[in-house]
Amino acid sequence: MSDFIVLFLAVLLALLVKPLVEKRAEAFAAAVTGITFVQRNGVMLSAYLILAVLGWAVFMIILPQLYMVDFSFRHNLPFDQVGGPNDTHTFDNYRYLLFGREGDEEMFNWLHLKVFFKTILASACVTLFDLAICYPIAYYMAQVARGGKARLLVLCLIIPFWVNEILRAFAFRILFGTSGVINSVLMGLGFTDQGVDFLRADVGLYAGLTYAYILLMIFPLYNAIESLDHNQVEAARDLGSPWWRIHFRVVMPHAKPGIASGCTMVFMLSAGALAAPQILGGPSSLWFTQVIYQWFFTGLNWPQGSAYAFVLLATCIVFVMTIMRVFNVRFGEIAK
Amino acid sequence: MSADVELDHVTIRFGDFTAVDDANLRIEDGEFFSFLGPSGCGKTTILRAVSGFMDPTEGEVRIGGRNMRGIGPNRRPTALIFQNLALFPLMTVADNIAFGLEVRGVSKFERRKRADELLALIALSDQADKLVTALSGGQRQRVAIARALAVEPDVLLLDEPLSALDLKLRQHMRTELRTIQQRVGITFIYITHDQGEALTMSDRIAVMSQGIIQQVGNGSEIYNNPATAFVASFVGENNPFHGHVSKADDQHAVMDTKFGPLRGRNSQGLRAGDRAILFVRPESLSLTNGAAGDGNVIESPVVNEEFEGHFVKIYLAGEGPKPIGLSVTNDGADSIPNVGDTIRVAFDPERANMLPMGELADE
Ligand SMILES: Nc1ncnc2c1ncn2[C@@H]1O[C@H](COP(=O)(O)OP(=O)(O)OP(=O)(O)O)[C@@H](O)[C@H]1O
Ligand SMILES: [Mg+2]
Repeated sequence: MSDFIVLFLAVLLALLVKPLVEKRAEAFAAAVTGITFVQRNGVMLSAYLILAVLGWAVFMIILPQLYMVDFSFRHNLPFDQVGGPNDTHTFDNYRYLLFGREGDEEMFNWLHLKVFFKTILASACVTLFDLAICYPIAYYMAQVARGGKARLLVLCLIIPFWVNEILRAFAFRILFGTSGVINSVLMGLGFTDQGVDFLRADVGLYAGLTYAYILLMIFPLYNAIESLDHNQVEAARDLGSPWWRIHFRVVMPHAKPGIASGCTMVFMLSAGALAAPQILGGPSSLWFTQVIYQWFFTGLNWPQGSAYAFVLLATCIVFVMTIMRVFNVRFGEIAK
Repeated sequence: MSADVELDHVTIRFGDFTAVDDANLRIEDGEFFSFLGPSGCGKTTILRAVSGFMDPTEGEVRIGGRNMRGIGPNRRPTALIFQNLALFPLMTVADNIAFGLEVRGVSKFERRKRADELLALIALSDQADKLVTALSGGQRQRVAIARALAVEPDVLLLDEPLSALDLKLRQHMRTELRTIQQRVGITFIYITHDQGEALTMSDRIAVMSQGIIQQVGNGSEIYNNPATAFVASFVGENNPFHGHVSKADDQHAVMDTKFGPLRGRNSQGLRAGDRAILFVRPESLSLTNGAAGDGNVIESPVVNEEFEGHFVKIYLAGEGPKPIGLSVTNDGADSIPNVGDTIRVAFDPERANMLPMGELADE
């Protein structure tokens, strides 16, 4: 393991030192002071900023992830064999997700693959629910409500999120449980006499996830829609457009970057959610993150767990990129 | 369908604030009609009531004789050109123009055909597939007009569409707009705070101030026979003289001022004793040899002069801090007085208007 880090740091160092070695030191100094960023902030501050950002990126993001990547290609060895002759790289962990253990009856590892695809699909559904729910709210806040009303609405949306995730999830359990609030009301009104098992039907899970990421959808949408000149909405209306066409032809194209960044965040986060599926998922349904969690903590098989986690990450990235391609959103736009 | 627009006792309030106060007028089918007034006088508000974005608090807007209350902007025979144009920046020029047709379910082929016709009308045929953001200000202006004309409205409403353009383009677009209106033959309702635009383009003009329609008439009526002190001071330059009416008949009235008695036309039925303002335009004043007591002769020292080339603008000390302006044709002779000279100027009472006391437009 450690040789890997040493190699990485060596490459980094070599890249930094290269100009010094190649040219004279003063030419290097001239080059540094010639950079506008350095001129604007001074040498000390620039050095600090660059080191801080680099340090953050390298130590908090790149190194741990690389460590995990490396991990996912190794055997799950007992502690005393780590670094020993058996500690080699392998594709076994990835192969396991696809094909299961050798000698299994099934060709593919359907147990895990099903969970995997269900997670992707369900996250896409959660994203669509969020979009459907948040778009009207964001439009109202950005184009219709005036001053005080919009601010009140924002407060009403934010304050419930002070309640922590676990509490919120259990509250949803109470809401959707067989003898929960909704069922009591339904039974009281005589729609059903034994209560609907919303949790088994995953209604609780979908509702919980959808609600959990509402803000992440609303704010990018709000930002995007807010920058639309309201006269364009009125112009479309004046030209005879019904309201739905105004949204499809004028508002949504304008808000596309916001829609894309909201959807990306919600999708990524719901695919990677753990607490909500753990608490709200029906007894028969698993979220892929739960499988990963089991590898790490129940199976104590970290290499297998990280392989699963990277497959999830890679698939999510590919999925998001594909969707963005389809809807013709450029990557830079979602950062707006 | 005939498309005359009637405002019948139209009042529009925002809370306690009255933005439009009892407007009554009738705009004929095919007319180029302008609303002229300073910023904030309620012009846009009237236009929004005609286009359907709001209904008047009281009164009726009728188009072609039909009461429009409750009918939304998408179902009125009007098309509005916004103050900032509000073109769709993500669509091409042709798609912008065809948007109204797309909404009406016209086929793609037909849409393109109609867009091409309109592009020819506005002389932009070669720009059809550009994004509107790639066009110049004047071109965008014309695209906005074409987009509105595409839905074949009976009434085209224009809210200061030229205000964002530079002077030269603005003057060019004036002629262009007028030509387009004559070619398509529909009613144009035009809003502006620029009197030059209103006077050069319109068949008739309504002059507004603080939500009240002061006068409706064609350009020369508004300019030569203003009905109120506001109109007289807002349209063109005018020299006001304040005082009480000393003598009046149906035709003329006389007012005592510090320059002696001054006489002007009495179109508003002033009577002796009324407080009034006499308006005399700079071009109606001329140098004279008459005596100060002759009536309609003003004797006053020259305080300032501006040489404009073919004429000279001369300012005399007035009744208050504001000087009296007059223009003297530059005939090459040395008849032009110097600053400091006391001179006498006279005017024809037929070209001076005595009007009831009222607010003046501030310069
Ligand atoms: N929605 C509104 N709520 C409250 N007051 C309004 C509203 N719309 C307009 N007003 C007020 O009504 C008055 C007239 O506004 P309007 O927009 O009609 O002026 P305008 O003549 O078009 O001016 P400009 O030449 O500056 O565009 C203004 O004093 C404005 O503040
Ligand atoms: Mg306006």
